[in-house]
Amino acid sequence: MRFIIAQNVPAAKGVRAMRLEGDTREIRRPGQFVQVQVPGFYLRRPISVCDWDEQGLLLVYKVVGEGTAAMARMQPGEALELLTGLGNGFDPAMAGQRPLLVGGGVGLPPLLGLAKTLVHGGVRPLAAAGFGTEADVMLREEFRAAGVELHIATMDGSLGVKGLVTDAMRALAFDSVFACGPLPMLRAVYDAAEVPGQFSFEERMGCGFGACMGCTLMTRNGPKRVCADGPVFRREEILWNS
Amino acid sequence: MEQLNTEVVLSGVRFRNPVIPASGTFGFGQEFTRYYDLNLLGGISFKGTTIEPRFGNPTPRIAECQAGMLNSVGLQNPGAEHVRDVELPALRKIFNGPLIANISGFSEEDYVRAVEILTGAEQVALLEINISCPNVRHGGMAFGTSPEAAAAITRAVKKVATKPVYMKLSPNVTDITAIAKACEDAGADGLSLINTLLGMRIDVRRRRPVLANKMGGYSGPGIFPVALRMVYQVTGAVRIPVIGMGGVSTARDVIEMMMAGARAVQVGAANLVDPLACRSIVEALPEEMASLGIHALSEIERVS
Repeated sequence: MRFIIAQNVPAAKGVRAMRLEGDTREIRRPGQFVQVQVPGFYLRRPISVCDWDEQGLLLVYKVVGEGTAAMARMQPGEALELLTGLGNGFDPAMAGQRPLLVGGGVGLPPLLGLAKTLVHGGVRPLAAAGFGTEADVMLREEFRAAGVELHIATMDGSLGVKGLVTDAMRALAFDSVFACGPLPMLRAVYDAAEVPGQFSFEERMGCGFGACMGCTLMTRNGPKRVCADGPVFRREEILWNS
Repeated sequence: MEQLNTEVVLSGVRFRNPVIPASGTFGFGQEFTRYYDLNLLGGISFKGTTIEPRFGNPTPRIAECQAGMLNSVGLQNPGAEHVRDVELPALRKIFNGPLIANISGFSEEDYVRAVEILTGAEQVALLEINISCPNVRHGGMAFGTSPEAAAAITRAVKKVATKPVYMKLSPNVTDITAIAKACEDAGADGLSLINTLLGMRIDVRRRRPVLANKMGGYSGPGIFPVALRMVYQVTGAVRIPVIGMGGVSTARDVIEMMMAGARAVQVGAANLVDPLACRSIVEALPEEMASLGIHALSEIERVS
């Protein structure tokens, strides 16, 4: 599907926000992702959808290699080929009265779409996010605009609680958890919050739509494809150190 | 425009066109139904199946290259009985054409038992015996790198097969024609080539291999000239039909592969970067044929 770049601007240190206009009808849930065909690169880049509406979508992505660096150089008006509506996404119906959204670094963006969906459904979520330092902090205003205050932790204490996102979680009362971030963070959140939870995993992908078996994760229900059966897995499915 | 004929016949099996998704890049077809009607395909070579279910290798299993990708999936599959009882009935609902059963093993007995389970499946038209997987430690490619071992597997499989047997060959050999001839002499009905080329990438910042398994199979447009050369060499050395594959991405690649002697073509990595790849190729074939003055694909002769 062809999308046109409307905006591609810095969102934090080494992180950019790209607004793309095009057909978003295949996107059904927050936590789904798109596969971006970056001109000049063979494999597509999987990037989670931060937010979307009928006209387009927002990708908040970290420049981690040559492909995302090429994306960062692209200008408004240029076109990108996307596969959209990939992965299962978060199930907002599983949220209790007081869900907690937990993001680590560039794992935070899909939780903005989830926050908006929950608020729209009459649920008031809490949100906590962990970063290295203040310069890494992103989407704070966007969460606030959605009516959700971000409880921030930074490793160096330059903003919010000093420490990990689990340190920022300690003061909060919640009855379900939705997490997205690096594997050690997911594990720490899993251990710290023994409530119903959904955890979004990341893995190096080939196709992104379930064909190549490149991103398989062993779960309590057998091998699952992070791209097609995930990226979101329920607490009771997860097997660590598989 | 006059009616152009895209049909090809291999070992008595009719394919409405020579475009067949390659094993391991198309699962059991289900993931592609949201993108197009599979019935426009010539056939489907489904995910490599072993007698027992396999998890495969640790992740990361995928690395990018300049003109393609590496994979070290390692034959993840649900096992031959599950494939026969669950995957094939489901695939039959979405595809009515001929299926190619891709079968792998770690011993002669493994191959024979998996063939016994799948050869009787109604929709399976051909058996493609993978003696060329570079991603498993024992068996796999080991059977495809020695003419004697390749011949032994061929003979063993032929004893129990009720469908034509195509041996899928590895490019990771000194002389692929020696393996090809050994398979032909042992009774193979046809050959499929090439499997992936053994490759490697290193994450230079972390100073370690990108793939957890260190090495993996290279596929994509970068290997097309190598695949074409091997198909040309093999079709010059054997009389049995050859299905050509390796980096095929366009209708012109299909025709070029057939001019190298292939009777049908498989499309692999292209499916993974563009789920519409096979449909685009099938739709572009008539125009490509017309522009080259080809009336029937089955009439394409191997160049000399």
